[in-house]
Amino acid sequence: MEKFTTHTGIGVPLRQSNVDTDQIIPAVYLKRITRTGFEDALFAGWRKDESFILNQEPFSAGSVLVAGPDFGTGSSREHAVWALKDYGFKAVLSSRFADIFRGNSGKQGLLAAQVAQDDIELIWKVLENNPGTEVKVDLVSKTVECGNVVAPFEIDDYTRWRLLEGLDDIGLTLQHEGDITAYEATRPSFKPKTLPARG
Amino acid sequence: MGKTLAEKVWDAHVVRKGDGEGTNAQPDLLFIDLHLVHEVTSPQAFEGLRLAGRQLRRPDLTIATEDHNTPTLEIDKPIADLTSRTQIETLRANCKEFGVRLHSLGDKEQGIVHVVGPQLGLTQPGMTVVCGDSHTSTHGAFGALAMGIGTSEVEHVMATQTLSLKPFKTMAINVEGTLRPGVSAKDIILAVIAKIGTGGGQGYVLEYRGSAIRALSMEARMTICNMSIEAGARAGMVAPDQTTYDYMQGRPHAPEGADWDAAVEYWNTLHTDADAMFDVEVDLDADTLEPFVTWGTNPGQGVSLNDAVPSPEDFGDENAKLAAERALQYMGLEAGTPMKDIRVDTVFLGSCTNSRIEDLRAAADVIRGRAKDPNVRMLVVPGSARVRLEAEAEGLDKVFKDFGAEWRFAGCSMCLGMNPDQLAPGERCASTSNRNFEGRQGKGGRTHLVSPVVAAATAVRGTLSSPSDLESVSVAASDAA
Repeated sequence: MEKFTTHTGIGVPLRQSNVDTDQIIPAVYLKRITRTGFEDALFAGWRKDESFILNQEPFSAGSVLVAGPDFGTGSSREHAVWALKDYGFKAVLSSRFADIFRGNSGKQGLLAAQVAQDDIELIWKVLENNPGTEVKVDLVSKTVECGNVVAPFEIDDYTRWRLLEGLDDIGLTLQHEGDITAYEATRPSFKPKTLPARG
Repeated sequence: MGKTLAEKVWDAHVVRKGDGEGTNAQPDLLFIDLHLVHEVTSPQAFEGLRLAGRQLRRPDLTIATEDHNTPTLEIDKPIADLTSRTQIETLRANCKEFGVRLHSLGDKEQGIVHVVGPQLGLTQPGMTVVCGDSHTSTHGAFGALAMGIGTSEVEHVMATQTLSLKPFKTMAINVEGTLRPGVSAKDIILAVIAKIGTGGGQGYVLEYRGSAIRALSMEARMTICNMSIEAGARAGMVAPDQTTYDYMQGRPHAPEGADWDAAVEYWNTLHTDADAMFDVEVDLDADTLEPFVTWGTNPGQGVSLNDAVPSPEDFGDENAKLAAERALQYMGLEAGTPMKDIRVDTVFLGSCTNSRIEDLRAAADVIRGRAKDPNVRMLVVPGSARVRLEAEAEGLDKVFKDFGAEWRFAGCSMCLGMNPDQLAPGERCASTSNRNFEGRQGKGGRTHLVSPVVAAATAVRGTLSSPSDLESVSVAASDAA
C-alpha cells in the first residue's frame, strides 16, 4: 500500500446523505475478477444524469469527495473503494461513515476523513461558490483546508498509522503467527469444521 | 461488573490483545471460527494470496457457495451472462486450487450463503463468523458474533484465520410484549431501523432481547439479525436458548454425544450478565406494532402499513428533509397517499432476509385458495436448494404455482439483480428483501420492503396490503388447495 501523508486536489461537493454502496457502484458492475478497472462504474446510475456533479467541469477532475452524512452504507462491497480510487479519488470527507466502508478504505489507502457536518457545510459553500477550489487533506496534522476553511478531522490512530506507513495488514498479523497457532491449540473439539459432514 | 453477550464472545476469541490503551489502543487480533465465501467478493482475495505465494490457513474452517450471480431458471444450462459465468468459474477454480469445500449450482446444499451456513449446522452459538457480505449479521441469531467484511479482510482471514478489530460498543434492543397476528420479525426490524436510523447502530453490536424476541423461532431471529447492518451496526445478536438448541440438534455439523453436552454447557453461559451494562438501550413495544413497510430509498424510511406516505416537511433535520424529497421523487410517490393505495407490479418473496421454509409457509398460508391479482408478477425464490426441496415435499410449490406465482431455483436473485431477475425502470415491487436503495433491484426499479405475509397479501390485492385486508376464503376453497 502507498503511504499517505497529505493530498491536495479539486474538491467535489456531493450534497447528499446516505450515499449507499449500491449508488457508489451498482451490483451489475461487481462481476469483474480483477481489483482494477472500476472507474467507469463509479456512481454509474447517477452519471447518466448530465447534471450530476462529476459530469460538470472542473469537478470531473476532482480527487477529494465531500459528502453528506452516512456515506458508504449498505453492502460490504470493497468495489466501492476500488471504484473511487480508480476514478482518482484520494480522500472522502463525511460527518459519518458506515463501518465496513471505512474499514475497506483504510485497507486500500483511500482516506475516509470524518469532518463535523458544520464544517462540511462550510466546505460545500466554498466549493459551490468557487468551483475548482482545491482541498488539502493533511493526515499528519489531521486537518482539511479549503479556501478560508480549516477544519480538523477524525480518524482512528491505528488506521492513521498504517496509512502514514503504508503497511500491509496480512504481513503485520503474520508477525504474530505463533499466537495464532497457540490459540488454535485451545479450540474446543465441539466447534465445527467444514470438512465433509457425517452421514 | 458482568459482561454482555457480545463481550463474552469477543473475549473468547482474542488471539492477541492490541498494544496500548484507550483511543491509542491498537486493534485486538480475533480468531475466526467460520469463513463463508461466495463468488462476488472472493476472486480478488484469492488472487492476492496467489500473488503473495500464500496458502489458505484453514480450509477446514472455510466453505463456499454460489449465490449472487446464479440464475433461478434453467440452472442446468450454461450461464448466459459471460461475466457472471466467468465469476462462477473463477470461484470453482479457486476453491479447487486452495482446497475449499464448494457447493455449486445444482448441488443440494447450494443456496444463499446465509441460509446454507445455519441449515448445515455450521453456524453455532459463541462462534465468530465472517463473510465478504454485509448480511453475515444473520448468523448472530445463534449468539454468534457475525460480521460482514470487505475483500481485503477476506484475504486477511484466508491467510491468517484472524481479523484485526477494534472493540465495538454495545446496544440493547429490548422488544417486550406479544406480536399481533400478521405482524412478524420483519416488522420488528423495520420498525427498529426506522426508530434508530440507518446510522443509528454505527459502531455498535446490537443485542435483541425481551419477551417478543424469546418467543421467535430461529428463522425469525435470523430475519431480525440479518438487517442489523441496515441500521449501520456491525453485528446483531440473540442469546442462545432452548429454541436455538432444538433448531441445531441433528444438523449435519452439530456436535454429537459428549461434544453436544460440552457445547450446551458452554452455550448456556452465552447470555448478558444481569449486572452488565450496555452503552445504549432502545425499547420497542411489540404489543402495538403493526405491519411495517418502507416508502423511501433507504431502509430507515419506513412507516406502518396503515399510515400514509410522509411529507418532507415532517422531518426536522435538513438532510433528512432533502433525502425524503429525493426519495419521493425517485419512488414516484405523493406525500399523504395512504400506503395501502400504492399499487405494485411485482412481488418478490426471497433473499437472505426472508426465503427460509417458515417464510414460504407463512406466505403460502395467506394465498392458499386465493387468486393473484392478474396485473402482478410474483417471484418465489427459495433461499437454498434444500429449502426448495423441503417446500416441494410439503406441496408449497403447488400452492404458489396454482396462485400464479413463478417458482424458481435458489439464489440471491432479485434482491440485488446480479442475475437476470431484475425490475424494469419505473417498476414497483413489494419485496421481502433488505434494501430499497435506488436501482437495487434493477435500474430505475422502486422497492417497498415488506414481510412475507404482507408480500403475499399484496400479490392478492395488487396494492400494499396485510392479510387482515383480505376477505376470508371459504372453507371449501381452503380444503381444495
